[in-house]
Amino acid sequence: MCTYLTKCLEVAGSGKGAAGWMRVTTATVYLDHPAHAPDDHTLNVDLLNPDLGPAARVAMELEPRSARQLAEAILALLAAEPEAVTS
Amino acid sequence: MDEAIRAEAVDVAGHGGDRIQAYFAQPLDSTSRPGMVVIHHMPGLDRQTKETVRRFAAQGYFAVSPNLYWREAPGADPDDAAAAARASGGVPDERLVGDVAGAADFLRSQPLATGKVGVIGYCSGGRQAVLAACHLPLQAAVDCYGAFVVGQPPEGFPIAIHNLIDQLPSLSCPLLGLFGAEDQHPSPAETAELDSLLASHGKEHEFKTYPGAGHAFFAPDRPSYRPEAAVDGWGRIFAFLGRTLEG
Repeated sequence: MCTYLTKCLEVAGSGKGAAGWMRVTTATVYLDHPAHAPDDHTLNVDLLNPDLGPAARVAMELEPRSARQLAEAILALLAAEPEAVTS
Repeated sequence: MDEAIRAEAVDVAGHGGDRIQAYFAQPLDSTSRPGMVVIHHMPGLDRQTKETVRRFAAQGYFAVSPNLYWREAPGADPDDAAAAARASGGVPDERLVGDVAGAADFLRSQPLATGKVGVIGYCSGGRQAVLAACHLPLQAAVDCYGAFVVGQPPEGFPIAIHNLIDQLPSLSCPLLGLFGAEDQHPSPAETAELDSLLASHGKEHEFKTYPGAGHAFFAPDRPSYRPEAAVDGWGRIFAFLGRTLEG
């Protein structure tokens, strides 16, 4: 289905899109139909800078298991560093 | 029928008179014909939706799909436009109805138009096809596995969506519903509820639920594709439109 399930959050950082590096300000995370991956549903993340237009986007579509492994890796790495580095 | 068709981007007047882009396909012979509005799914006015528009033209219809994300992302790639629309909260129901109304008017304005217009949508577009048919004078509607026509979206959806139960008494035309028995959104229980509600309102409808099929069984480039259901479904769609639009 089109799950509609979406989480939006503000982020601070940079991403590399079709036009090169840019600052990103918004992330949307959703489990829904992919545009490219040959799967019914993927965990999708868009890193966006809406001020630069819709093409200012870094996109990924991961099989849910891969997405979970990625998320766990991110959290594990953050947890392993001193709070002064990660806060 | 001459088999030549032409497909191209056009401008149509959408909700509030906004000019939005649409994808239009038409047969090139000189036969009068009805029209079909194709509502794209959440991934946007993509290659698959354009193929569907051309399929209706090849079958003898004027067919148009309005770009529901044009306002958020004019000229953008479909996937970028879909991402921008999702980030901004999705397509409001009122705007959807206005955009379909504009697309239908565009079809009726074709010199060879019969004036009869139907609407079809897949997935999120299935719900929107029913929504449009509850608010616009149309002659046929096809809902392919649209979620939340009945049923309740979970709490906390960032995209504002609600069911259409209170709008069903206004359904203006016959409805064909095509569903998968293994789908959970809409589930067989929900399509049975919709069937019952439409019957209670005296609304003409025809439902088919395919065993062994889940959501998106028409999508040929996804694992959910079920060729038997899709082939039968296309047959039912054109038989239904033959009765409702060409009679």
